Amino acid sequence: MRAWHFSETAYHLLPSAETYESIRVTLPNRHYDPRIGADLYHRYLDEWLLAEDEGLEIMLNEHHQTATCVDPAAPLMLAALARQSTRARLLILGNPIANRRQPVRVAEEMAMIDVLSRGRLEAGFVRGVPYEISPANSNPVRMNEREWEALDMIIKAWTHHDGPVSFEGRFFHSRQINIWPRPWQQPHPPIWISTTSPAGAARVGTHGYVQATFLTGFDGTKRIFDAYRNAWREAGRGENVPNDRLAYAALVYTGETESAAHAGAEKLLWYITSNKVPPHFVAPPGYLPVDAGVRMLRGAEHPLSAFAKSASVEAAIAAGIMMAGTPAQVEAQIRKVYDHVGGFGHLLIMGQAGFLEHDETVAGIRMFAREVYPRVRAW
Amino acid sequence: MRSITLAGIDLELWEGGDGPPVLFLHGAGGFRPDDPFVGLLSQRRRVIAPSHPGFGGSALPDWLDRPDDIAILYLELLALLGHAQLDLIGCSVGGWIAAELASMVPERFRRLVLVGPVGVKLGSRDTLDIPDIFAMPAATVEKLLYHDPDRHRPDPANLSDAQLATMLRNRETTALLTWEPYMHNPKLRHRLHRVRCPTLLLRGESDGLISPAYLEGYAKLLPNARTATIAAAGHVPQIEQPAAFADSVLAFLNG
Repeated sequence: MRAWHFSETAYHLLPSAETYESIRVTLPNRHYDPRIGADLYHRYLDEWLLAEDEGLEIMLNEHHQTATCVDPAAPLMLAALARQSTRARLLILGNPIANRRQPVRVAEEMAMIDVLSRGRLEAGFVRGVPYEISPANSNPVRMNEREWEALDMIIKAWTHHDGPVSFEGRFFHSRQINIWPRPWQQPHPPIWISTTSPAGAARVGTHGYVQATFLTGFDGTKRIFDAYRNAWREAGRGENVPNDRLAYAALVYTGETESAAHAGAEKLLWYITSNKVPPHFVAPPGYLPVDAGVRMLRGAEHPLSAFAKSASVEAAIAAGIMMAGTPAQVEAQIRKVYDHVGGFGHLLIMGQAGFLEHDETVAGIRMFAREVYPRVRAW
Repeated sequence: MRSITLAGIDLELWEGGDGPPVLFLHGAGGFRPDDPFVGLLSQRRRVIAPSHPGFGGSALPDWLDRPDDIAILYLELLALLGHAQLDLIGCSVGGWIAAELASMVPERFRRLVLVGPVGVKLGSRDTLDIPDIFAMPAATVEKLLYHDPDRHRPDPANLSDAQLATMLRNRETTALLTWEPYMHNPKLRHRLHRVRCPTLLLRGESDGLISPAYLEGYAKLLPNARTATIAAAGHVPQIEQPAAFADSVLAFLNG
């Protein structure tokens, strides 16, 4: 198993949540102080590089118009890391290609990073969470169709090397595709896709790309991984589905003692509890299938929103969305999820959030890397 | 409701009443034949009301994403109906489709009624002509839509799963059609000069989406248009004031 340090580069110094309607989309950026923001960027970059020194891989992502993740252009952050890191794999998870207008530009950005890092890029793609719709002015209807078409166009741009090729799809068009640079890795960098639905996972499994899922807990993750494995087999990829095709993202904090670990883990819960977003940004028309929308009108809640109301470290561990404790406890907690879902090859560690300070973040990374990682690496 | 096929797309179509034909193009909420205004109109008119692609029980082909796609589809409907001329009513997004359609074949329409229509951009690029209904709480949208939101707010407890599914699908198709450019086709305003038939633009007095200035500006783009207001109604006067709506529309069509 490979472990990845993931930070959303949050800007957490906000007024009281009662004073704003939403932490995403509409929170006025007068609350963002660029001087503090600069310190935070440098700090988060330092933490990624330190994680690399400790033997972990590097992962980052992209969101827009939100204090929870001030990385609206993840390829820029990744470019800085490609230059400054030397060994770690660099996972961007991911490029929100249902909301990007020019897939060829995305192909260019990823090829640049792959070359700059001498072939360390893991290129992830996402449909984008619903609150990304308004910032991108992107139509919430037919996002899946746009995501998959954009990916086809990107792969075409990466894999043709003999002069211009054309692409005329339903949504995206280009007549003279001939990107410089081309990717370092051949035929192209590994492709990751995140999804939190079994139907989405089945499509990823058919293609054999790496499937990542975030905070979906014991049963949700099992459903997603099962769908992936079934689709992999049905597509004739073989009976054995390699674990390195499957990734799970969880909140992880390892401490010397249980109480120290839980104190750090408590701060990580900010990821979940700070996500104050009103329904019109959570469920724009067309984002969810109609039957899921009917269930919401009947009172159904997203599991994470329901969890946020009474979030605790204990409940998060019980739900399988957090691993926190001493090294032995964390190892056991990872094992429990691992066994429940049939195994996975990547643990995406949400290891920094909100008010978890630099020294606390570093302590958590180090304790995991030195005391837990050596024991789970061979799984 | 019956089913028709236009250009390979299965649509539901309601027809009822007696009198000269009028094509009714519904708004974002879809078409419900049991709404009282439908009965009032059909006492004097033959009302022909398709559910647009993606609304009600009508199919939505994957290539279709703009109101003028629907207008072009309805050229087929006009051919199927066969009337040399008929009247045309369009409400809200249906008003947009009606304006597109009338600009394509102006000679096919005797009189045109646009009720709280969207479809053109009139104001500054720095201000939305139509408030962003997709970026506000449902309760705020209801206040903009209705003169009396408490009477008209849908209550999921009183609706079947199938009705809720239709409501959500209508909303999804509305988003698909109107998302960008928001609620307008930049080219439509340059085509409306072709629509020379007498035209009535109606709005509910409490309509929070279509301002009086927007309605007046829209009317100015049409060579033979006037505006009128319906009291104690919002964006859907046909629902909130069916009698006043029917009186106003029939008086204009008969005039």
